[in-house]
Amino acid sequence: MVTTPEIAIDQVSKQFRGGSLALDNVSLTVEKGEFVSLLGPSGCGKSTLLRLVSGLTPATQGTITVNGIEPANARELMSFIFQDATLLPWRTVEQNVGLGLELEGVARPVLEKSVNAMLSLVGLENLAQRYPRHLSGGMKMRVSIARALVSRPRILLLDEPFAALDEMSRDRLNEELLRLYAEQHWTVLFVTHSVAEAVFLSSRIVVLAPHPGRVAHVVPIDLPWPRTADTRLSDAFDEQVTHVSRLLRSVQAAAPEAR
Amino acid sequence: MKRHLWFALNSLIVLGVLLLIWQSGVWLGVPPYMLPGPLVVGEAVVNRFPSLIRSLWLTSEAAALGLGASIVVGVAIALAFAQWRWLRCLLFPYTILLQTVPIVAIAPLVLMWAGNGLLSVALVAFIICLPPIIANTTQGLISVEENFLHLFLMHKATPVQVLLHLRLPHALPHLFTGIRISAGISVIGAITGELFAGSSRVGEGGLGYSILYASGQLETDYLFALVLAASALGFCFFFATMFLEWYLLHDWHEANRSDIPE
Repeated sequence: MVTTPEIAIDQVSKQFRGGSLALDNVSLTVEKGEFVSLLGPSGCGKSTLLRLVSGLTPATQGTITVNGIEPANARELMSFIFQDATLLPWRTVEQNVGLGLELEGVARPVLEKSVNAMLSLVGLENLAQRYPRHLSGGMKMRVSIARALVSRPRILLLDEPFAALDEMSRDRLNEELLRLYAEQHWTVLFVTHSVAEAVFLSSRIVVLAPHPGRVAHVVPIDLPWPRTADTRLSDAFDEQVTHVSRLLRSVQAAAPEAR
Repeated sequence: MKRHLWFALNSLIVLGVLLLIWQSGVWLGVPPYMLPGPLVVGEAVVNRFPSLIRSLWLTSEAAALGLGASIVVGVAIALAFAQWRWLRCLLFPYTILLQTVPIVAIAPLVLMWAGNGLLSVALVAFIICLPPIIANTTQGLISVEENFLHLFLMHKATPVQVLLHLRLPHALPHLFTGIRISAGISVIGAITGELFAGSSRVGEGGLGYSILYASGQLETDYLFALVLAASALGFCFFFATMFLEWYLLHDWHEANRSDIPE
């Protein structure tokens, strides 16, 4: 039996209206349940690739399928988490988490039940009535994650979600994300520029080269699961981080100067 | 609480000093038809209280009508501007033109078209109030961050949902900035209108009309009272809208924090 890959990117190029080539002939397949990180220097088109998969922008060339269909038609399978928490400031935590379900017309009692369950899953039940401006950066991101998960997505797309946070909040949220991943088995495409974060989270890392963006290396990460805070202290973790860092540096050194 | 009292006390001291400077002009021998002292003006306020209140009422009625209409029409125009870019590019320069045309120059025209009375006065206030509402609300409607739009699109939101749940609430603080600006100038617009429209009711007039009348009769003390009443009215309009803004937005909007700034 041939299974459809969860995300299939086939010889995809993306040219912006200004003429610059953001992605050049990128091919990548993500299987169900994989946690794949896109890693690379700025200008490698990693965020662009994520947006193409989400169906928010079309590819210039090549095809992308999500669960075998066009990304724009597969949006209900996916949730997108942005770099900033993008919470609506006029809505409470609870109302922000329920936003997606509300837009999709889910009945009020069902909505409330799902939102409450999700809030307790990410430990936010005490903040349900707060407005975003009362929350710290880490808390806002937690709300953003809850909002993405409440619609029970099969695929999670994350665009440098923890880049603006301090290291301790980031580590804690990474661990939490893996805990939820173990429970809910999504397929994840995760954009980051942090090697340590990518190694800690991923089952596979895709290193992209810049100008134009293309796949340079694919590195499977075979650290044992479940990964916890202790994983970061292991020698195997250090080795992987060193290995990936070298690859990243070689990609940067080989790249032509940014225009 | 202590800081509140301190501010109130300071304001009172400033008021006292100002009154003292004013009164010293009288002591120095400036004739009362040029500069009536604070006591004389106070006397005029007390003696002519009913007609002063009547004038205040007529002017605030016209100003409120003009302001209210400008909010309704301004938001409608801003919605159209936000929806159709070409319309915005085409017409936006003219809303600025509306703002730069001196209101005293328009008022006689309005009077010619709409005749003597409340309608003319309210129309002049409306015209002067409209541009800030349009400009600020349009800005609020179109300045929504791209990621928020993406978020809504990922959930397949309809254009109506984007408008109701994203653009309109996002524009609300901007709308209130516009209303706050317009509230202060609505009174100026109404008074300007009354200078030309005379009375908005037969046999009695608003502040603008009474100011003209008092200056014609050389009733300088009453003129002073009217000027003070006019600025107090603008002040009230301004604070009423500011309070409304605070009441509606302080839960979530950064600029409307409930605590007192340092």
